[in-house]
Amino acid sequence: MKFTGTAHRYGRDIDTDVIIPARYLNTSDPVELGKHCLEDLDAGFVTKVSPGDILVADENFGCGSSREHAPISIKAAGVSVVIAKSFARIFYRNAINTGLPIMEAPEAADGIKDGDRVSVDADAGIITNETTGETFQAQPFPPFVKDIIERGGLVESIKAKLG
Amino acid sequence: MTRPMTITEKILAAHAGLPEVEPGQLINCKLDIVLANDVTAPISIKEFAKIGVEKVFDPTKIALVPDHYTPNKDIKSAEQAKMVRDFARAQGVTHYYEVGCMGVEHALLPEQGVVGPGDVIIGADSHTCTYGALGAFSTGVGSTDAAAGMATGEAWFKVPASIKFNLTGKLGPWVGGKDIILHIIGMIGVDGALYQAMEFTGETIESLGMDDRMTICNMAIEAGGKSGIIAVDDTTRAYVEGRFERTPVEYFSDPDAEYAAVYEIDASTIVPTVAFPHLPSNTRPATEARDIWVDQVVIGSCTNGRIEDLRIAASILKGHKVHENVRCIVIPATQEIYRQAMHEGLFDIFLDANAAVSTPTCGPCLGGHMGILAAGERALATTNRNFVGRMGDPTSEVYLASPAVAAATAVAGHIALPDDLA
Repeated sequence: MKFTGTAHRYGRDIDTDVIIPARYLNTSDPVELGKHCLEDLDAGFVTKVSPGDILVADENFGCGSSREHAPISIKAAGVSVVIAKSFARIFYRNAINTGLPIMEAPEAADGIKDGDRVSVDADAGIITNETTGETFQAQPFPPFVKDIIERGGLVESIKAKLG
Repeated sequence: MTRPMTITEKILAAHAGLPEVEPGQLINCKLDIVLANDVTAPISIKEFAKIGVEKVFDPTKIALVPDHYTPNKDIKSAEQAKMVRDFARAQGVTHYYEVGCMGVEHALLPEQGVVGPGDVIIGADSHTCTYGALGAFSTGVGSTDAAAGMATGEAWFKVPASIKFNLTGKLGPWVGGKDIILHIIGMIGVDGALYQAMEFTGETIESLGMDDRMTICNMAIEAGGKSGIIAVDDTTRAYVEGRFERTPVEYFSDPDAEYAAVYEIDASTIVPTVAFPHLPSNTRPATEARDIWVDQVVIGSCTNGRIEDLRIAASILKGHKVHENVRCIVIPATQEIYRQAMHEGLFDIFLDANAAVSTPTCGPCLGGHMGILAAGERALATTNRNFVGRMGDPTSEVYLASPAVAAATAVAGHIALPDDLA
């Protein structure tokens, strides 16, 4: 998987309540959830994000609630991949399970500013800041997790297992 | 001879059918209970349908608790609850709790004996870590993990390293489980235990009742923890006796088990603590928060809506009135707690104080309903999160504290300690 887009840069501890506030959790419709992505952190996010854009953040991205609505909302808003210094563990699982590409890459997060053009080779784990020309390597996924991603998420992986 | 293991490693090894496990190892575990609620179950049900199996792996091992937006706050949430109800009926799910039997899931399942010592539990709710207080491995997951668990009865885990928090010393006045866990989160930060199991030990922990222990394990997730756990002792055994529907299995950490870190905490130095907006780690002594005036006080939730919490709140509210500028909302976490509080006369105390008493619901904790904040308003709550917009408008604020501080604050109108009240 390869992606290119504009970086939207945020800080640390971006919690799932600001990714998708609970007042919208009375639905699980991705289109509806996508309309309110990051609303309480950056009310203009959904109007400025273009399909394929990239979210970049510091430590502990996705902390808080287990709501799968968070990765669903990010994906539906058009974000192609999330790059962060670290991810909260439930969000990490949810992103893998729902097919939202995520990359743990502290150096890349430090080397990308808001508005930079960024390209990502998710299979190789290579992140390039096209604006500065710098290249970064993301932490590789364990093979077990990579298998889930390659099969297209947990449901497909379970289906294959159940045969 | 197997390697020395922590309680968490032993429970995971037993459920993976392995003689031993070590941190970082990827394993597949058999699940004793899979939980979801009215917000997370609808996605689980959709994903379950995609897996293509007709029946859940065991209808007695699924718990579905519509507690977040119930009694339903609007048409959309009613549709979600209906979807869960229809699925529960179609699958013959034993542990489905309709309004009238329903309670806040993490108070309800231990109380009803659905979860217990030695279990491995996953729940599509981050505060599923609460059940570690019973000596179980219990962790929050997303809806898709829960769907896979419902279909197969298994889940994959990376075995977490453990951090030990050993607490010794006698707690000071008005200091309880909430202050202990806020103190620890303030100390290590909101990702201080990321991917790790938090094991609480020591004479202070042993002196606590089950309600305080559940408060502590409940907020392990607020430090980024995968789980929180307290080994079984006589207090646990007395609680589980006649309640737990399966046979408890007790596990204990080996004395020479390995920990990623060990914190020795003198619990006598812990003071009543408040977490300021907008992170649970942003803690200060309550004595330094007296200039914070509030519009609302919430006493309830999976963190602090149990009978001991209500008893403490009532002991402080007794003979007082809630400040005229404050709305005080008390939410017993389950029907049993509600009935118990009523029998003990706590409702008379709350009503005499001009506090509102609600039927069990998660309600305002997550900004769902039953006490949403307007722009610029402030609440002090016994709940677990104070993120931006957590209880309502994004410009509102939530301060987290114990039931004792909450009750005193309701009377004073600003953040206060019980001893501040005349």
